[in-house]
Order: sequence, then C-alpha cells, then structure tokens
Amino acid sequence: MRFNLTRRSLIALSLGFALSGSAFADVNLLNVSYDPTRELYQEYNAAFAKYWKAKTGETVTLKASHGGSGKQARSVIDGLDADVVTLALAADIDAVADAGLLAKDWQKKLPLNASPYTSTIVFLVRKGNPKKIKDWDDLVKPGIDVITPNPKTSGGARWNYLAAWAYAKHLKGGSDATAKEFVKKIYGNVKVLDSGARGSTTTFVERGIGDVLIAWENEAYLSLKELGPDKVEIVTPSVSILAEPPVAVVDKIVDKKGTRKVATEYLNYLYSPEGQEIAGKNYYRPTDKKVAAKFAKQFADLKLFTIDKEFGGWTNAQKTHFADGGLFDQIYVK
Amino acid sequence: MAATALHLHSDLAGRYESNPATRESAWVKWTVIGVSLTFFALFILLPLFIVFYEALRKGWEAYLVALVEPDALSSIKLTLLAAAISVPLNLVFGIAAAWAIAKFEFRGKSFLITLIDLPFSISPVVAGLIYVLVFGRTGWLGPWFIENDMRIVFAVPGIILATIFVTFPFIARELIPLMEAQGRDEEEASTVLGASGWQTFWYVTLPNIKWALLYGVILCNARAMGEFGAVSVVSGHIRGETNTMPLHIEIVYNEYKFSAAFAVASLLAILALVTLVLKTFIEWRATQTLKRSKT
Repeated sequence: MRFNLTRRSLIALSLGFALSGSAFADVNLLNVSYDPTRELYQEYNAAFAKYWKAKTGETVTLKASHGGSGKQARSVIDGLDADVVTLALAADIDAVADAGLLAKDWQKKLPLNASPYTSTIVFLVRKGNPKKIKDWDDLVKPGIDVITPNPKTSGGARWNYLAAWAYAKHLKGGSDATAKEFVKKIYGNVKVLDSGARGSTTTFVERGIGDVLIAWENEAYLSLKELGPDKVEIVTPSVSILAEPPVAVVDKIVDKKGTRKVATEYLNYLYSPEGQEIAGKNYYRPTDKKVAAKFAKQFADLKLFTIDKEFGGWTNAQKTHFADGGLFDQIYVK
Repeated sequence: MAATALHLHSDLAGRYESNPATRESAWVKWTVIGVSLTFFALFILLPLFIVFYEALRKGWEAYLVALVEPDALSSIKLTLLAAAISVPLNLVFGIAAAWAIAKFEFRGKSFLITLIDLPFSISPVVAGLIYVLVFGRTGWLGPWFIENDMRIVFAVPGIILATIFVTFPFIARELIPLMEAQGRDEEEASTVLGASGWQTFWYVTLPNIKWALLYGVILCNARAMGEFGAVSVVSGHIRGETNTMPLHIEIVYNEYKFSAAFAVASLLAILALVTLVLKTFIEWRATQTLKRSKT
C-alpha cells in the first residue's frame, strides 16, 4: 500500500517536471531587481509583454526577483540567471561586472548613466509629525528613533547615508570630518537595521517602531497610498541626493540563453513615453522631459546633490564608505 | 529531541491522584493547570485565531482569489513538490539509519548519530549557504553544472536539497529509540525460523515500528512544508518559479497585501492542525496496539 503510494507520487512528480518544462517554450526573461520596485515592474512587465507581442508576435514571459540591492547582486554573482539587473545603485552592478558577467563599461551603453528613472531620499514620519522632524539635523537629536536599512545589503540605505553626509558637508563650516561625526550620530539613533528598504518600511509602518523612516521617495509615496494618509506623512528635507537606480543587460547570461535582443529592448522601452509614464505613476521621477512635466506636481522641488559631483562616482563612494573597514564600518561600531 | 519522541499515554497520573498520600494540594494543581492553559491560549491559540481572522477579513472571495493567484498557486505546487520528494527520501534514509544504529554494532556509530543530528543544531541559514557555496556559480561544483546547463541553486533542485537537509533527522530520530528498545530478539527468531532478510523486515520489523514511522513522516512533512530560512537562501526569489509558500507569504506581506499573506499563511496553519489531529490519532492507535500486545 505504502509502496503503491510512493510509486504514484513519483509519477505525479515526473508529470510535474514535464509540465514545468513546457512553460519554458517561449522567451523567458528574468529581471533581478531591488526591493521597492515590485509594483513598478509588475505594471511595466505587463506593458512590455503586450508591446513585444504586438511588435514581434513572440510571447515573452517576464519573471521578477526582488530583495535588498546588494543581496540581489550577490545572488546574480552566485548563479541566479538574471537577463537584466535593475538595481538600486551603480556599485552593485559594478560588483556583478567585476565577477565577469557583464562588460565594465555597462553604464555607457544606455542613456543618462543607464538610469531611466530617478528618485531621491525623503523622510516618513508619524501622522501629525509629533517629534517635529523637518530636516536632516533633527535626526541627530537625542531621543529620536531612526529607521533605515543596512548599507551593506541595501542600496537605498547607501543613498540615505550619502544624502545625510552631503547635507552635513554643505552646512556652514562643514567638512568630511564634521560629516562623519554627523552621520555617526544618526546611526547612533538607529533602532532597527533591516536588510532591505521594504523590510524597513514594514518595520516603521506595520510594526510601529521608530519616529522617522529615511526612505526612497517612491517607497514613501507608495506606503502613503497603500496605508492611507491617516497614519504617516512625508517630510521633504531641505536638500537630498539625486538617486539614480541603473539598469543593465547581463551579457554572459543573455548570450548563453539567446535573449540579448529582447533583454535590450526591455531596457530601452523603459525610456519610451509609455515606460516613463509607468515609472511616474509608481512615484519614480521620469527622466523624459515631457512625462516629467506631467508628474511635476507629484514631486517636491528641492536641491539634489549628485553622486558624481559630491562623491566622485559610485566606484569611489563604495570604496571609501561601504567597503570592509570603510567609513561606515568605522561609524557603526556598537 | 526527546520532546518530539512518541510518548504513550499511561494511567500513572490517575493512580497517583487517587491516592491521598501522593496527591498534590489543590492550589498547586490548579496553578499549574492555569499557568499552562493561559500560556497556551496567549501564545498559540491567539496567533492561530489572528491568522484566520486576518485571512478572512476581506471575505471569502478575497481569500480564494489570494489562493488561486498564479504566484500563490505556483508556491503551493512547489511546496508540495519539495515535500513529496524530501519525505520519501528521508523515509528510506531514516529506516536505513535507524536500522543500522539499533540493530548493528560498528565503529563510528556514535559519530553517525551525531551526524544525523547535525541539521537540528545547524542554523537553517548556514544550511542554505552550504549549497550556495557548493553549487553556486563560483562554488566547487557550480561551474560544472552551469556548463552543462543544469541549475541547482536559485532553482527547484536547490530548494529540494535544502528541504531534505533540514528534515533529515526527523524520521531517523523517531525510530532509533524505539528500535533500540525493541532489541534484536524478534528479528533473530525470524531468521532462525528461516525467513529471508526482506521477509524479516516486512513481517517483523515494519509492523513493530509502523506508528513511530508514521509519526516521523508527519513531523518531517510539516517541517518540509514550513521551512523558511534554508530555502530562502537558495531560492533566488523568482516570482512564480522558486518561491515556496513561506517565502510567498513574506513577499505578499511586504507588498501591503496583508489579507493575501494571511490567506496563504492560513493554509500552512491548516496543515499544522491536520498534523496535530493525525499525531493524536497515531498516538491513540499506538497506545491501543501496545495495550493489546500486553494482554
């Protein structure tokens, strides 16, 4: 009886394998992305599948994987078959390039630093802003509980860190030394260090921990939309950083799978008016001037520092601040 | 893992209580009962109730929609597949290992027992990482598999491997104490009477261990379906492809779809309840068998 059962389940298993095999008959594309882009790519994937079908007649199955940006890069290096990576910052795609999976000049292959949409860093506070948090210097005050993810694993967290750094450095009498002291004080107030941006949002909004969440602008607007404006509100600081989440085709994998054409078009379509519209709808700042004008009302107008000017590009910033033994490691010792 | 071992009900408790000389005073009895029941209600019943309450908060329709949504269905299928492969494999391994340990003397026996227990003592995250280090693109065997177009980690095989690893000890651990207690007498008698090895196993050993075996299978299955840590490391989190039910629950929860998350979670909770009922039934049957064999 038991042996009968085993035999039957074995047959069921082989059937299962056969079925899952047939799903791969059409073009299959895997986009490995970071945490807060879930909703964006859900909508975009549907739009692109339709566009591709109309253009070529081919059915493309789009799969997505989301997680902390650094963790996702690690997975691709360890063998996750990403046709395209759409990560939170250039340094993470650089890491994939260093592993030999794509050309080192990947960022020059697409317009605008390979960043079809941008974002920035803002604050999310409890309704009515009970702790009166207005700007970056409010985060270092004693008794303020700050929520931000871990810069080692999360891309958003690295933008958070650099935005705070740039703010402090541009204060009167600011220097690298005062900036380091300032950022150190912020991390002294950090209560929970999650591994990804979405985890931090859940910690702040759902579990109700902390007074302020340093968040992606898109993430802040999304939680406002999902949870209702009666729980949290957005505070835009006086200055912030221009966050450019880049995208790239993973050469080695698309060449092996034979998906280069569709993967390239998948990224190019992000720059089209349709793609830009979807980005805007999901609270990313469109880079296309026309579409950006349409969504202008949605985003606060504030001074944004750029990574290239302030920190000499991501390669440098990564090395100085986030590498092992870098400035973040010196700051965050408990 | 004594706590998971099959324990048979006895009427010892009743005998002590009926005798004034061994009876505890009433307040001790009721305090102990009260404390354990309160604890049980607060930490087990309440969360269980909340799971179902949250799952059904938006009504039956939303509940069903959350379960038949393609990504949810695929996660349910994958979870069933992982359990359907890992449980039979562990069944064969468990019997073989328990047999070897209980019925034979050999060098390195205690080492084998320690090895069987290893998955209990190792953190699931480490268990997952082991497979990434071995089968990853930069791992020991990974490049060969990738050359030959086979995927282990970040694909279904890796999830199955990780599940097998964490559920390894359950069946063996149930069988070893029982088979050791039973000793070799009956098997020896059977052999002396001329039974073949297979006959001895089928007619003597298996009937003796069947309840403990079933119990081990149920525990093994529950863990196989509920495993999160190890599977999370090797999954790669590809939607509709490499997410098991526990991983899917985390994902939809993080997407603000709380009812959907709890709907899938309620399926796992139902599984736990079914496990509990089966476990009680098996314990009851085992007691019956034991009583019958005594008379």
